[in-house]
Amino acid sequence: MKARITITLKPGVLDPQGKAIEGALHALGFGSAGNVRQGKYIEVEVAEKDPARARAEVDRMCKELLANTIIENYAYELEAA
Amino acid sequence: MKASVIVFPGSNCDRDAAVALEAATGRPPAMVWHGDTELPKSDLIVLPGGFSYGDYLRSGAMAAHSPVMREVIKRAKAGTPVLGICNGFQVLTEARLLPGVLMRNASLKFICKDVHLRVERTDTSFTGRYRKGNVVTFAIAHKDGSYFADDETLARLEGEGRVAFRYCDPQGQVSAEANPNGSRNNIAGIYNEARTVLGLMPHPERLADPALSGTDGAKMFTGLVESLAA
Repeated sequence: MKARITITLKPGVLDPQGKAIEGALHALGFGSAGNVRQGKYIEVEVAEKDPARARAEVDRMCKELLANTIIENYAYELEAA
Repeated sequence: MKASVIVFPGSNCDRDAAVALEAATGRPPAMVWHGDTELPKSDLIVLPGGFSYGDYLRSGAMAAHSPVMREVIKRAKAGTPVLGICNGFQVLTEARLLPGVLMRNASLKFICKDVHLRVERTDTSFTGRYRKGNVVTFAIAHKDGSYFADDETLARLEGEGRVAFRYCDPQGQVSAEANPNGSRNNIAGIYNEARTVLGLMPHPERLADPALSGTDGAKMFTGLVESLAA
């Protein structure tokens, strides 16, 4: 199965990169842009057909390496590869 | 004192650390490759600065899971002193030997300069040669050095006296102006609970010889020798 993983900073964690992007958007005239937060997107193919087992595997990948859960949240979608 | 320096792909301060250690101990440390699973008997383990694994994913994240780190974590938990400098500090937090995270500098810039630090305590193996409240000069060279921990963790660190060094001005005043990277509470370095593991962003080894225009860093290594050689 294929996992599409999104990693985002937890609310309240300072994101200077997001702030810089927001500033650049404003400079381009996008006055509507606000509260920009930068995250990561990771795709992983998991050699596992059973969705429950694949989910358990991806959860462990996220907790042990892909996300630093002190400052980041993760979410993912699974689909047949 | 027998020291080991762990070398990751992308480490670039491993030799500087080795030179400073040899000057203090009189013998060269063991240089241990990250892929090794065996670590020589060591009185001190040093995780050097650099850009292990190109800082991919997060600074220190890959290195924290490299084969030799399993042994380093085991030794650290058994009480062997571990010193993590710059990228080594990032590795220690990713390995969960120290709490918190080093995040992108508030300025988003790579900062390379000498900074003033206030020594917060001197009853540890690392700081025996300093005086409490001393202002010392170490060099910083990092882009991901902004120390972050949640309020609860921060309160615990402060309550337990686990802040090792704080960024300060030349007079020792801890202020926002003296904070180069946005670290919470101006934290430049912290200890584990037992004060046997120290992680710090500034580089003591870069100002550890008169030829490098400063020697404040050398006292960390001579202090370690004095407390660990017995």
